[in-house]
Amino acid sequence: MTQGALVWIEQFNGQPTAASWEALGAARTLAPDGPVIAAVFGQGVGDAAQEAIKRGADTVLLADDATLADYRFEPYVALLAQIVEEHQPAIVLAAATVAGREVMAGTAADVGGGLLTDVTELSLEGGKLQAVRPVLGGKALSVEAIVGDGSQFVTLRPRAFPASEPDENRSGEVVAVQPPLAEDAIATKIEATQETGGAISLTDATIIVSGGRGVGGPDGFGPLRELADALGAAVGASRAAVDAGWIPYEHQVGQTGKVVAPDLYIAVGISGAIQHQAGMRTAKVIVAINKDPEAPIFKLARYGIVGDLFEVLPALTEALRQRLG
Amino acid sequence: MHVVVITKSTPDTAAAVTVQGDGTIDWGDSLVVNPWDEYAITEAVLLKGNHNGTATILTVGGEEQQEALKHGLAIGCDQAIRVWDDALAGADSFAYAEAVAAAIRKLGDVDLVIFGREFADTATDQHIYQVARKLGWTMLGSVANIEALDASAKTIRVARMIEHGTQTISSKLPAVISVLKDINEPKYPTFIGIRKAAKAEIPVWSAGDLGLDAAALQPRAEHVRYQALPAREGAVEIIEGASAQEKAAKLVDKLLEEKVL
Repeated sequence: MTQGALVWIEQFNGQPTAASWEALGAARTLAPDGPVIAAVFGQGVGDAAQEAIKRGADTVLLADDATLADYRFEPYVALLAQIVEEHQPAIVLAAATVAGREVMAGTAADVGGGLLTDVTELSLEGGKLQAVRPVLGGKALSVEAIVGDGSQFVTLRPRAFPASEPDENRSGEVVAVQPPLAEDAIATKIEATQETGGAISLTDATIIVSGGRGVGGPDGFGPLRELADALGAAVGASRAAVDAGWIPYEHQVGQTGKVVAPDLYIAVGISGAIQHQAGMRTAKVIVAINKDPEAPIFKLARYGIVGDLFEVLPALTEALRQRLG
Repeated sequence: MHVVVITKSTPDTAAAVTVQGDGTIDWGDSLVVNPWDEYAITEAVLLKGNHNGTATILTVGGEEQQEALKHGLAIGCDQAIRVWDDALAGADSFAYAEAVAAAIRKLGDVDLVIFGREFADTATDQHIYQVARKLGWTMLGSVANIEALDASAKTIRVARMIEHGTQTISSKLPAVISVLKDINEPKYPTFIGIRKAAKAEIPVWSAGDLGLDAAALQPRAEHVRYQALPAREGAVEIIEGASAQEKAAKLVDKLLEEKVL
């Protein structure tokens, strides 16, 4: 018999990711009587294990090992599958990040469990997970359910579920676990990681300022970046701006880029093609700044400014600096 | 070197989508090659050319998938294979991965399997990682660039795009990779390519051909129904003002009221 919930807590450079606490919060809601187990993999990640207890885990399975320092598919999947086989959780949860999607799918394949990916709503119907997921470029929602027996896997779209808050009075047990794979049994080696310098990742961002064709060229991203700095925002872009070579692909939001769900999305000089909407339509508040009052983006936006971005953006940056200090 | 690219036809991304009252969906029936697969197919053809290898394009699906395979042949894949069986109707990622992994095993000499980042219609990518697992191969996901590939030493080095930046990772072959838009400029079919593709015989492999029984293709998850998006509240409020400064100040007031700053 399976019981309780298991949450994979993702970390980068030893820091747990914000979306992992959203998965932990959902685990507590779905398995109110527990046990809720958190799995923390890495090297020197004892603090992350303690934080998982404060945020709702009854037990933390801590694998602290050099082979796990950075995420790699093979050692992470082998270890998570071993844990699932041993503990038989009813539900296994993680954030639907690049690594979360890989680890959960690989583990589900290993143990023969059903998986629902990148869900935005989640419930239990007769002991089986049922979820709502955006499909067809965000133009419709699909209701999907687990039908098989055994542990059920689900990944949660970042920022779609509330994070569990830390409670300093919570206590729990940290249990050390050993990874099944030694370094010489792992075919992949990480040679280098180039972090995007000082920038906020689009997935985690609460505010995103995005530029499109209307920005006019690479220089047009200057005032846009200043606005982003004033807001503590991440910088996004439409496909048109990326294809023109004005900004690297890692900034692209939309069908063939990233899907984001910030509280505030400011679309600057973006017409709002359906492929762009696929990446940002779940933002809570959308602001469109565009010269063309007929641009489709205004149909999606809550607020709009029709005007020249080279006048509007500096004025907005200045107004924000005055008001936010 | 033998490269296999996996593809699928998906609804035209520009199509309007209507959810019906009974939970079914209408998207106009116009199919395109899954947008992410354009890069995967092109990469397979480029690798074939650079390494004097073979490129195979493979799909799991009915007759409607034939066009995606012909597209692959027209831009330079050497052979196409369609895997289909009634037992695969309603397949989830688990059953799908079982079928693809079995087809790769049947091909026998494969060094690299390439997928596009995800299926644009179902917004799923888990089948990719599950194929890697079922084959027992290395998985390199979200690849933005293949920096090096040594077909005789059977090694590969790629740049992967992760949330916090770019990671360079090396691995042994065989491997499964998924690719992003940044990896290449998609190739488009030539007239001669299209003519050649039209004449190609595309074999269909059944579950029996792959040695799979119904139990192996039992889905673990299912689609229940579609739902329309919740309606957007109200129309856009255009911020008016005599100057950019006035508009900016008014917008900041609104955003503070919304508590999103």
